[in-house]
Amino acid sequence: MTLTEQLLARASRREKVAPGDNIWVSVDVLMTHDVCGPGTIGVFKREFGREARVWDANRVVIIPDHYIFSADAKCNRNVDILREFAREQGIRHFYDIIDDPKGLWKFDSVKGPVKRQYGSHYAGVCHTALAERGHTRPGEVLLGTDSHTCMAGAFNQFATGIGNTDAGFVMGTGRLLIKVPETMHFHLVGELQPGVMGKDVILHLIGEIGFDGATYRAMQFDGPGARSLDMDDRMTIANMAIEAGGKNGIFEFDAKTDAFVREAAKRNGAKADFDPVEADPGQKFVFDRTFDLSKIEPTIAKHPDPGQKALAKQCGDIGLQRAYIGSCTGGKTSDFLAFAKIIRGKRVKIDTFGVPATPQVLEDLRSIKWDGKSVWDVMVDAGVQMTENPGCAACLGGPEDTFGRVNQPMNCIATTNRNFPGRMGHKEARVFLASPATVAASALTGRVTDPREYL
Amino acid sequence: MAKTFQGRIFVVRDNIDTDQIIPAQYLNLVPTIHDEYEKLGSHAMCGLPDSAYTTRFVAAGKMKTDYPIIVAGRNFGCGSSREHAPIALGAAGVKAIIAESYARIFFRNCVATGELYPIDAQERLCDTLKTGQVGTVYLQENTLEVEGKTFSLKPLGDVMPVIESGGIFNFARQNGLINTASNAA
Ligand code: SF4
Repeated sequence: MTLTEQLLARASRREKVAPGDNIWVSVDVLMTHDVCGPGTIGVFKREFGREARVWDANRVVIIPDHYIFSADAKCNRNVDILREFAREQGIRHFYDIIDDPKGLWKFDSVKGPVKRQYGSHYAGVCHTALAERGHTRPGEVLLGTDSHTCMAGAFNQFATGIGNTDAGFVMGTGRLLIKVPETMHFHLVGELQPGVMGKDVILHLIGEIGFDGATYRAMQFDGPGARSLDMDDRMTIANMAIEAGGKNGIFEFDAKTDAFVREAAKRNGAKADFDPVEADPGQKFVFDRTFDLSKIEPTIAKHPDPGQKALAKQCGDIGLQRAYIGSCTGGKTSDFLAFAKIIRGKRVKIDTFGVPATPQVLEDLRSIKWDGKSVWDVMVDAGVQMTENPGCAACLGGPEDTFGRVNQPMNCIATTNRNFPGRMGHKEARVFLASPATVAASALTGRVTDPREYL
Repeated sequence: MAKTFQGRIFVVRDNIDTDQIIPAQYLNLVPTIHDEYEKLGSHAMCGLPDSAYTTRFVAAGKMKTDYPIIVAGRNFGCGSSREHAPIALGAAGVKAIIAESYARIFFRNCVATGELYPIDAQERLCDTLKTGQVGTVYLQENTLEVEGKTFSLKPLGDVMPVIESGGIFNFARQNGLINTASNAA
């Protein structure tokens, strides 16, 4: 059995499962956020009763992160719905924006989107936060009401996105009927060259198989190349399995996984016992190809979908009006470091926005110093507009007053995950996906630029 | 849901993602709140670029669409897992989508909510049919009839009874998989 099949066999207490089997799996963690949480709670209450209890209050993780820093009254209310539910159900893992469990969230428009507006529990973008806060554990099943939940596959677990109705069902029962996907095998060899990042790898792979090339399938990444990648790159790659239509992405467990998971658990006093699954020599794949990481070059996805692969060095004719660094895949500490290295001591030429994924990232950027200057200041001094409020921000457009939102037709290069029409705001705007290094180099020139020119 | 339905067809191309079906700024609306459910319907498909789609799916100032049948190309519903997408379409009055293929989560959300039938076409109908034509879907017979021409559709199989019963909860109840009563109004 493949890694995914092993995880699903375990979760359904079966000896064996095969692609196509419909099985009931037990869920270890259910995650929801402010956009889909209120609807999920609505389904749960409608179907199980007003007095119903969630199946396990310690296994439900609620992370407001999408539409937080907006004056939109409904967006603010939605966080209040989450708070009320967490209180009523005794859900411990609720990463609230405010500290008062009986309070109401109201965005302060006078302070605006840039100055810090969150309390001590807030966790930032859900997928990055899940890992940081010790909720991603090898061997487990994690479901979330967000398509990029598959990011947690980096930690050798089965993780996938589901809708509100399915999530409402899981809330009440702890189980879900899942069809075992076929597995596509991406055997990775070689190592990334300087200036090339996890984002380049996944954009390259999506471009190779087409952006519906993995529909209904698991994408398994293994081999020496996979082992050479650090956890942040693995997270970026697993996250974007969905951009090829995949059900989940999955990596093997190794010493790097172990170190990351233990560290996160320790930091948050979370459970650190886990039981990874291992590759099985008899595993069968529906697709099997080897990719040499050392041959991958800085890659972008052109508008209007993540499968429009092109080499950055061949796209110098694409003029840009905006650059954006942020999101679950592109707003981690390592992403900002790669970005800052390139723009350090220079000035960006176009409007450039920076949104840390989590408060932890923000803290890192403030505490990591290069020649006495924080990375945060390196960004600001280069002309990047940084916000102290981590979250999804303009990655998916959001309400009109969202920080960095693309409100007019323009070309924007972004470290985000998705570039369908309208994704970052205006439906006639064009979004180009790229690694933080490529976005940084492009911000300096105002056109798509290969970051290796700046190494 | 009825097994045969007739209405105007709205034709879209490949890769219609959930941002085009229901743009992100409307995700502040909670589908289980009745008024907000209706509002979601009024915004259905408003993310389609005007440059490519000159006909509005829901006319300005209207809550419902004049097009209960959507015909699409490949990979309909790709992108996010937002259940707001099938719900917006269902709330707008869409009964069925007939596409060459679907993105996984969207398909599943159609079935889970029972909002509409996501039917696979046997051929690329988005090249043949035009927005505004009147079609009749025969679910039992797996056919679509448009202006005297009959196109065959792939059978919905296992998901048909789930959608017919109104989604997974009703289905699970009818089949003894869960035993709580619904509080649906
Ligand atoms: S940062 Fe973007 S891709 Fe990630 S969870 Fe938020 S909206 Fe989704």
